[in-house]
Amino acid sequence: MSTQLAADDTLASTDTETRGAAVSAGRTRAGRNFGRGSGSNPRNNRETSLTSRLVVTIVLGCFAVYFLVPIWWLLVAASKPMGEQFSSPGFWFNGMHLGSNVAELLSSRDGIFMRWILNSIFYAGVGAIVATLLASMAGYALAKYSFRGREVVFGVVLAAVLIPKILFTLPLYLMFSEVGLINNPLAVILPSIVSPFGVYLSRVFAAQSVPDEVIEAARIDGLGEVGIYFRIGLRMMMPALVTIFLFNFVEIWNNYLLPAMVINDSSLQPVTVGLVSWFASNGKVPMALVVIGALVSIIPLLLLFLFLQRFWKAGLTAGALK
Amino acid sequence: MSVVTPTRSPIPKAKTIGRQARTAALLLAPFVAVFVGMYLAPLCFAVYRSLFVLKRDGLGLTAPTMVFEPFTNYLKAFSDPVFIESLGRVLLFGVVQVPFMLCLATGLALLIDSRSARAKGFFRLTSFLPYAVPGVIAALMWSFLYSGTSSPINALLAPLGIEIPFLSEDMVLWSVANIVTWGWTGYNMIIIYSALQSIPGEILEAAKIDGASAWNIAWHIKIPMVRPALILTAVFSIIGTAQLYNEPKVLQSVSGGSIDSSFTPIMAAQAATAAQNYPYAAATSVILAVLVGILSITFFKITNRGSDA
Repeated sequence: MSTQLAADDTLASTDTETRGAAVSAGRTRAGRNFGRGSGSNPRNNRETSLTSRLVVTIVLGCFAVYFLVPIWWLLVAASKPMGEQFSSPGFWFNGMHLGSNVAELLSSRDGIFMRWILNSIFYAGVGAIVATLLASMAGYALAKYSFRGREVVFGVVLAAVLIPKILFTLPLYLMFSEVGLINNPLAVILPSIVSPFGVYLSRVFAAQSVPDEVIEAARIDGLGEVGIYFRIGLRMMMPALVTIFLFNFVEIWNNYLLPAMVINDSSLQPVTVGLVSWFASNGKVPMALVVIGALVSIIPLLLLFLFLQRFWKAGLTAGALK
Repeated sequence: MSVVTPTRSPIPKAKTIGRQARTAALLLAPFVAVFVGMYLAPLCFAVYRSLFVLKRDGLGLTAPTMVFEPFTNYLKAFSDPVFIESLGRVLLFGVVQVPFMLCLATGLALLIDSRSARAKGFFRLTSFLPYAVPGVIAALMWSFLYSGTSSPINALLAPLGIEIPFLSEDMVLWSVANIVTWGWTGYNMIIIYSALQSIPGEILEAAKIDGASAWNIAWHIKIPMVRPALILTAVFSIIGTAQLYNEPKVLQSVSGGSIDSSFTPIMAAQAATAAQNYPYAAATSVILAVLVGILSITFFKITNRGSDA
């Protein structure tokens, strides 16, 4: 409770911290707007005409159809009897065989598909946890300590955000083949634990959510600096860290080129690489399995995404409001 | 993305400065170490490799030797019509797809933000859903919808006598653009929407009282006020275009030749790597990194200059 008050105090008292103020202002407005936008307010109906509501809803409906069509098709196709995935009508069901299809997917080729999913979970899970921890330490240090070279470090981090990661993939491949890291899980994990965008977000979040007064109080209580980070800083930044974790998790899960280049051994590949290898196998693997596999492969992220929606929004907002 | 002003940290007492600097170094060390190892080292290594040329003797009896010829690979890249063509293709893609997608995203954000919108949560969610689908999986799904023999979209259009040749030479670039647009419009929309939500309600109320129409409010107040978000999404989209690889790579195997192995610069660099031509692949990677850096920073500078009043 007192912590929360202190946090509000800090934001209110440091006018120079424009970014923090902007973000906090954005929060309150957003909060207010959610209430207004829920549609439960009767004033809304008086202010907008039926025609405008109808037109807006139809246009939004068209967008929704566009975004849902491929996923809908995939669900329908994966539910058709094995081998009839591409039969007409494409967008409507022909019986419900999803269960047996998935069972066949999981048992085919010695169950390699499940192995790929587990590999993806392992790479994305380990990579994202370590990336988030390193980014939060760096972001906290950049926000809470003044030291020579701080601006240089932050400038380099910002520059790294602006260069796409994929451009480092070929150089990484050249370097890893030189040091013999090809076909080693480390070749996927090591590059993915570096998250410049995570450092940027951590710095913004640490400045916002860890008040200097609390750090000062902990110092007076005799806690060491590193102890303050682990016992207080880390804990107060936790909601933000979930966001950073999610972004990193998705980025690693979606990665294709890096694992495709550095991992040739099929049993070590993530699901993206494995599925594409099936897809491009010139019919050696039935296309039906690719369709069912594609559906199964997007389920973990869809669940993660649906259940943790508010964390996504927090991260995107912090990126946009400066 | 304006330049971020540093946070003012607690005014350090003389004694604690040294301790603070030590702690900061300790907390920064792990990130800096992997950053140097996984960002700077490969980049330096690529620059280094690109300065050499692999020379084989005429009979191929001895192992090839590395000869220091700093410009050869770069000259070769810039005079390689295939590489230049791939750069031009991606440039065309970016010039068309990025503004198109951002217009869609802005329109969508304004609609969801408008008072006439119902079921806002549902529409936000459906737009953002494609972001949770990996790029290569999205490309797989669309490749089935594009298929020359069994496209369900063309099956629907058949009664109208329409057949869209999604994978033909002329269309395939825009079929790829559609996959990218599908995947990223919602992501950009959420960023713009969040910015719209942070416009103070008083300003909008005042404009309404002054008799401004919803269209005028959107065009003259909302869009100028979300300018930073639009710049951010534009920079991220330009960066995204430069890394165009996953979608064309997946479509390649079903494209019947309309997508070749050097369709985009990254595909060209990857093909060079697969052919073991490491110095040339390294040179093209360096060229790309420099071009993207220049492009992002230039765009950034131009758009920021306008807003600095």
